[in-house]
Amino acid sequence: MLVFLPDSLDEAFEAFEQCPDAQLLAGGTDFMVEVNYAHRRPPSVVCLRKVGELCGWRRDGAEVVLGAGMTFTELMDPRLSDLLPGLAQASRTVGSPQIRNAGTLGGNLGTASPAGDSLPVLSALDATIVVASRHGRRSLQLDELVVGPKRTTLEPGEIIVEIRAPAQMGSQEFLKVGTRNAMVIAVANVALVVDWAGQSVRCALGSVGPVVIRARAAEQFISSRIDWTTRTLPDESAAAEFADLVRAAARPIDDHRSTADYRRHAVGVCSFRALRRILANHRDDTLGRAS
Amino acid sequence: MSELINYRLHVNGVEHEVADAWLGESLLYVLRERLGLPGSKNACLQGECGSCSVLMDGKVVCSCMVLAASAVGADIVTVEGLSPGEQDLSDIQAAFLAEGGVQCGFCTPGLVVSVHDLLEHNPDPTELEVREAISGNLCRCTGYGRILAAVRATQESRQG
Repeated sequence: MLVFLPDSLDEAFEAFEQCPDAQLLAGGTDFMVEVNYAHRRPPSVVCLRKVGELCGWRRDGAEVVLGAGMTFTELMDPRLSDLLPGLAQASRTVGSPQIRNAGTLGGNLGTASPAGDSLPVLSALDATIVVASRHGRRSLQLDELVVGPKRTTLEPGEIIVEIRAPAQMGSQEFLKVGTRNAMVIAVANVALVVDWAGQSVRCALGSVGPVVIRARAAEQFISSRIDWTTRTLPDESAAAEFADLVRAAARPIDDHRSTADYRRHAVGVCSFRALRRILANHRDDTLGRAS
Repeated sequence: MSELINYRLHVNGVEHEVADAWLGESLLYVLRERLGLPGSKNACLQGECGSCSVLMDGKVVCSCMVLAASAVGADIVTVEGLSPGEQDLSDIQAAFLAEGGVQCGFCTPGLVVSVHDLLEHNPDPTELEVREAISGNLCRCTGYGRILAAVRATQESRQG
């Protein structure tokens, strides 16, 4: 057999035993472009479409556990977007309805494109990625899984099975710049999480480096300027300084999609807007409750 | 050349045998070249244009991005399966013609599939929802105004 369509992870692992050189296929939105353009000629394929363990999501205490086979359309479901709003926002910017119906979270991670839209969100949430093989499971942070453009630390026979992220962590925003609203691969994208309870700010940048970048200096700076009791930014000029530090954290390149200069500018604008939006929404919520 | 494979696909309510196929063939290729269903159009082969849109288990996808052999067991509906008969048009197709939403016609089958899917799930979409629903279908002739008019006309006629 050359194309495996396993119903379970055990069957998928078995397929790898039979065909160690088999390639993994999730939603196909990256894989099939390479096949169609003759850049990839798989000797055999393990399709994950029907693997039950990779479907759906569940709550586990303070965490949400997402099956790696969840599509971007599924990640936009209102029941889930309340728990992981940044991921829902990012998912809605992916491709088109056709792409979102096919492309999966696990596939986005496995492809490990610097422009992958879910990656900055998972980084900002310090999500855990669980990978499995017939030898067992291991848990990784994003920067331990994705180590370069299209490079992961997945071992042969290993499959990304689930993603664990904190539910309803603070306020979240995802912003992305491209040439149009739909069908766009990010020129730059930013995920920002303001964790009111934990009194921390997390800011992750995509498409401005070989892998997702956490703007740690910017995070620490703005965390020190937010008044965590009133949940406001008393000195508004701090937002601009935050954006400057985000720009400084970016390591963009010139390529066919944009220039390094523009990308650096764009992450600054996106992070500034994301912060302003979170603070404004939070102020409106507070006013709404008070009135 | 690698080994060839055989499998069955369920398309428009009919089981089809696919014999001696290369494993990397896309669903679009198999539909057009092996099953005699050329309604789904072949243009970009990278999910950009939407002209190959089909329904797979009730969800609109680009058939060029589906590995055909991975679609075994799925319920596939192409544009051919959306019209009541070979010579008859669906109300969406008729509205596209009546409103001038068809010019060169290449994007039309994909748009018909996307609009069908939208109206199945959301019978009364706003214009913004229509625009988002067809954002994965490129049309280089109409400027989309007449396509939006066709969707609106279908919506209105279905509501009676």
